Amino acid sequence: MIAWPMAHHMRFTIHSPGAVRRLHDGGSGVVMPDPHSDKQEINRRQQTRRLFEQEVSRLMDRLYGTALRLTRNSDDAEDIVAETVSRAWTRLDQLRDPQRMEGWLFRILNNTFVSEWRRQQSRRRIEANAEDVDPAESPEAANFSLFQKLHQPFLLWWGTPEDQFLNELLQEDLQKALDTLPDAFRVAIVLVEVQGYTYDEVARLLDVPLGTVRSRLSRGRAMLQKALWEQAIEAGLVAPPPDRTPTEGKSP
Amino acid sequence: MNARRLSCEEVIEELFAYLDREVNEALSAEIDRHLEKCRDCFTRAQFERKLRAKVAETANVSAPERLQRRIKAVLERY
Ligand SMILES: [Zn+2]
Repeated sequence: MIAWPMAHHMRFTIHSPGAVRRLHDGGSGVVMPDPHSDKQEINRRQQTRRLFEQEVSRLMDRLYGTALRLTRNSDDAEDIVAETVSRAWTRLDQLRDPQRMEGWLFRILNNTFVSEWRRQQSRRRIEANAEDVDPAESPEAANFSLFQKLHQPFLLWWGTPEDQFLNELLQEDLQKALDTLPDAFRVAIVLVEVQGYTYDEVARLLDVPLGTVRSRLSRGRAMLQKALWEQAIEAGLVAPPPDRTPTEGKSP
Repeated sequence: MNARRLSCEEVIEELFAYLDREVNEALSAEIDRHLEKCRDCFTRAQFERKLRAKVAETANVSAPERLQRRIKAVLERY
């Protein structure tokens, strides 16, 4: 019976923590474990296990949501979370401080995602070309600022434009805009803005220089804001810039 | 202390790093001071801060039933 369907590309085995116990025969010279401390050890493990189950269920939505933002795909996100829980479970003994389980789980999630992402990249033989400047990308696009767009004089708003814009902005709009970003840029933003990673932590996780993290973030944010702006125009939330507005009179 | 005053351009240039808490303490304090006095930069900072918070909220998604069951099965195997 396959209790746990796996995507073909993600196979791994599960070991219960403590499944491999140090077993000594009772030969001379072998110190028998103190039954009292052994019992304490078992209690400690049971507590850690219980805490693990509680934490996994408490964090399930956020683990899944984070994986979904990283992968853009619900099947992949489910695989990442399932593998994360399994990996964490097999390494539970390595967790020194059970109170730090949350950060630990998210680290495993990110590592799981990154190794899967690398594998896909190498399979598609896509070299790390994320830093290549898109020839179509103008300096204007690289420095795109939603705030500046909202403050263009032709936009007449009641109240302050940026507050109105934010009020109208649905979570779905943001998800959609984030999903339009190329992987490298989206991942940097999710790590920093969603998970609160430092630039240094992102650099180490992705094994790229700090400058690369900065440039991905900066360009990623510009892309995100541009996508939001274009969506807002499409939704009729803001008027398109004058140069794109059909002028007076109708074309024949 | 004769810390040089930051221009609005310099503040905007460092704004994201500032919001990410990636600038050093001295610069962070300089930007704080600027934002207390400059309405334009303050409004901009507030906008970016709120937008950033909304991006963070995009991970608030309910895990599908299927995943819940799958995880439960993993945990129950031991
Ligand atoms: Zn200013």
